[in-house]
Amino acid sequence: MIEVQNLTVDYGPTRVLHGVSFNVAEGESFALVGESGSGKSTILKALAGQVPDWSGAMRLAGADLGKRRDASLVRRVQMVFQDPYGSLHPRRTVDDTLAEALVIHGIQGRDAKVLAMLDAVGLARRFRFRLPHQLSGGQRQRVAIARALMLEPQVLLLDEPTSALDVSVQAEILNLLKGLRTEKRLTFLLVTHDLPVVSFLCDRLGVLRSGRLEEVSPVSALRAGQLTSAYGQELITRSG
Amino acid sequence: MTLLHVENLCVRFPSDQGEVEVVRGLTFTLGRERLGIVGESGSGKSMTGRALMGLIPKPGRVTADRMEFEGIDLRGLAEPAFRRLRGARMSMAMQDPKFSLNPVIRIGDQIAEALEFHSRLSARDRRARVLEVLQAVRIDDPERVYQLYPHEVSGGMGQRVMIAMMVILEPALMIADEPTSALDVSVRAQVLEIMDDLVRRRGMGLILISHDLNMVARWCDRILVMFNGQVVEECAAGQLHAATHPYTQGLLASMPRLDEDRAQLPVLDRALIGAGLGGRT
Amino acid sequence: MATVAWLLDENPETRMQAQLGQGYRLARALARNPLAMVGLAIIVALLVVAAFAPWLAPYSAVDGDLANRLAPPSAVHWMGTDELGRDIMSRIIFGARITLYIVLLVAVIAAPLGLVIGAVSGYFGGFVDRVIMGVTDIFLSLPRLILALAFVAALGPGIENAVIAIAITSWPVYARIARAETLTIRGSDYIAAARMLGASHARVIGVHVLPLCMSSTIVRVTLDMAGIILTAAGLGFLGLGAQPPLPEWGAMISRGRTFILDQWWVATMPGFAIVVVSLGFCLFGDGLRDVLDPRQRVKG
Repeated sequence: MIEVQNLTVDYGPTRVLHGVSFNVAEGESFALVGESGSGKSTILKALAGQVPDWSGAMRLAGADLGKRRDASLVRRVQMVFQDPYGSLHPRRTVDDTLAEALVIHGIQGRDAKVLAMLDAVGLARRFRFRLPHQLSGGQRQRVAIARALMLEPQVLLLDEPTSALDVSVQAEILNLLKGLRTEKRLTFLLVTHDLPVVSFLCDRLGVLRSGRLEEVSPVSALRAGQLTSAYGQELITRSG
Repeated sequence: MTLLHVENLCVRFPSDQGEVEVVRGLTFTLGRERLGIVGESGSGKSMTGRALMGLIPKPGRVTADRMEFEGIDLRGLAEPAFRRLRGARMSMAMQDPKFSLNPVIRIGDQIAEALEFHSRLSARDRRARVLEVLQAVRIDDPERVYQLYPHEVSGGMGQRVMIAMMVILEPALMIADEPTSALDVSVRAQVLEIMDDLVRRRGMGLILISHDLNMVARWCDRILVMFNGQVVEECAAGQLHAATHPYTQGLLASMPRLDEDRAQLPVLDRALIGAGLGGRT
Repeated sequence: MATVAWLLDENPETRMQAQLGQGYRLARALARNPLAMVGLAIIVALLVVAAFAPWLAPYSAVDGDLANRLAPPSAVHWMGTDELGRDIMSRIIFGARITLYIVLLVAVIAAPLGLVIGAVSGYFGGFVDRVIMGVTDIFLSLPRLILALAFVAALGPGIENAVIAIAITSWPVYARIARAETLTIRGSDYIAAARMLGASHARVIGVHVLPLCMSSTIVRVTLDMAGIILTAAGLGFLGLGAQPPLPEWGAMISRGRTFILDQWWVATMPGFAIVVVSLGFCLFGDGLRDVLDPRQRVKG
C-alpha cells in the first residue's frame, strides 16, 4: 500500500533523511519509532505532501507521488496530528470541521454523513455544534480522527496521536483506532516514541536514528525484547 | 524532621456556576524525602504545587486548616515575605525551560540574579558560586555555558540550567511540576538523575508532580494519587502495583505494556469512581 | 429565562443555535465591562443623532440669522451661533451624519482591502510577501494626513474624495495586522489538515485564515475610528474635505479659529463633539479587544 524507496530529505544544508526505504502492505499497521530529530515525522510529512524538497520514490496505493498532489490522492490518505489542541480550527464547530471535506469535494448528504461519523468515533451527537474549546483533549482527538475518515481513505498517517493525552484517555483513543482499523480495513503508518503503544497497535516497526532506518522487525520481536539493532535494544531499555 | 505540614488544603476559583473547587481538602506531611503527586489533567496536582508556593493567580482562593513550612505559617503570608521564602527556602521548576528563562539575559547572569536578591556576595563570589552550581548539574564547560543565551542551548541543557537556578540558594524544598515532559526520552532520565542526586546529597525535600505513574514510581519514595482535587491513594513507591483504589488500578491497567497482548485496553469509568468519592464530583 | 438557557445550552441542536449562543456569550462578556458600555452608549447616541438629525436639530444647519451672529451659548442657542448666525448645536447634530458617513465608508473600504492583502501576503510568504510588504511599508512610512492631502489634491476636494484618500492611506495598517496573524496561523496543524483534505489556497485563506484575523482587525478598526474622524476633521480643517456650507466638524473648527480668542464656543463645541465620539470608539474598541481575544475566551 505504501512504498518508500531511497527517500532523502534536506532542510537547507542539513540532511534529515538518508535514503530510507520500507514497504507497508495493505491493511498492515506499521510503526516508525525513534527520538525527536530522528526524522520519523519527516517521513510522515513527506507522504502527506508537506515537504517540498525530497528525492527518491514514494508510491501510495499504486500511484506515484509527485511534487503535486491531485484530488484523487487526498481521498486515499489522511492524517491525524499529535496535538489535539492545535489541529482543530478554534472558530469552527465540530460540524463545520467534519463537513469541510464534503464541502470541498461537493459530496451530498452532509447531515447523515456527519452524524454517522460521530457515531463511528464514539462521540455523542450532542457535541456536534460545539467549538473545540468546549471539548476535552480526548474528544478533540476523536474529532480529528473523524475528520481524517470523512473521505473514507485507505491509509491513515498517525503522528503521535496519543502522546498529548492522559493515560486513561490514551487507552480510549488506542482502542478506537484499533477498532476502526479492523472495521474500515485501514492501513496505518504510526509515528511515535512510545514503544508500548506500538506493541498494542502495530504489526511491524522500523527503528529510526539520525535519519537512517536501523532495522525493521515484527512487533513480536519487540514484545520479546529482541530487536536486532543495538539502538533498538537501547530504546527498549529506556522505556522500561 | 517534618518540612511541610498541610491539612485540609482547598483551592477555589469563582466561575459563572458558582465556585469551583480544584483542590478539595488535601492533607499530607513531607519530610526530607521525595514525594510524588500523580494525577491526570484537571486532577488539581499542579494547583497544589502552586498553592504551596503562593502562586495561585487571582481570583483564586487558597484555604487550609494548617499550612506550615519549616514552622512558618504560609496561610495569609504577605507577598514580600513569600518572595523572600521562594527561591531561598523553597523553589519550583516549571515544565518548559523555554518559557521560564528570560531570552535576553545570559544564562550565568540569570542564575546569579537569585544570589543578588537573596545574599550579600560580591560579584566575583557570585560568579564562582554560579560556575560551581552549573558543574553540580553536570554541565562540563560551565565557563562557556555561563556566557550563552537561553536559545543557544538544547532542551535538556535548558532544564539543567533551571535546576541550577533552583538549587543555587540551597533551598530545603524543591517542587518540580512535570520537569521532563518537554524533554526527549533519552534526556529525561539524565535530568531526573541530576535532580535526584542533588536532593539526596543536600538532604532536600522534593515534590515531583507528574502525570506519569512509572516515572513517579521510579524516582520517589512516596506517592499521592490525585483525582478530582482529592487524594485517592497514598502509598510507598514500591507498593504502587498493589494499589487498592479503583482509580489507581484503572490507571495502571489502561497503560499499554511493552509485551502487550490484550485486544482491548480497559477504560476507566469516571462516573463510577466519582460516585465512590461521596458524590462530590 | 428560557431563552437564555436555550442560548447557553452546551449542546446546541442546530447550527443557528450554536452561533446565537456564541454571540450571546460575547455580548454578555462585553456588557460586564462598564467602560465599553460607555463607549457603546456614545456610539449608539451618535447613530441616533445622525438618524434623527432633522427632528432633533432645533434650527437649520445652513440658514443663518445674520442679526444674531456670534451669540454666546444661551437658553435659545445652547451652543451659541457662528459667524453667519447659524445655530452651532444644529450644525453639530447634522455634522454627525457626515462623520458617520466618512467613518463607515472608510471602514468598509479599507479594512477588507487590508485584510485580504495581508492574509495573502502572509499565507504565501517568500517573494509575494516581500513585494506586498514593501508597498505596505512605503504607505506606512508617509504621514497619513500628508498622504491623504496629496490624494485629495489630485482628486479634488469633497467628502467622497476625502473618504477615498483616507481609505487608501489606512489599509496598510490592517494588512500588517492580518499578515502578522496569518504568519502564526499558517504553520498550524488545522491549516495542514485543511490542505490535506484538498482545500484550495483560496478556500484556506477565505474560510480558515480570514475568520481568525477578523477579531483583531475589528478591534483595530474601532480603535482607528478616532484617527479616521481626526484625519477627516484635519482635511476639513484644511479646506480639502467637506465643502461649505456642509456642517463638517473639522471644517467648523477651521472657521471658528478666526474667533477663537473672543468667541471660544465657535471652535470648541465641534472640538468637543470630535473628542467625545473618538473617545466612544476607543473605549468600545478596548472592550471588544478584551472580549474577542480567543486566549481569554472561556466557557460559560
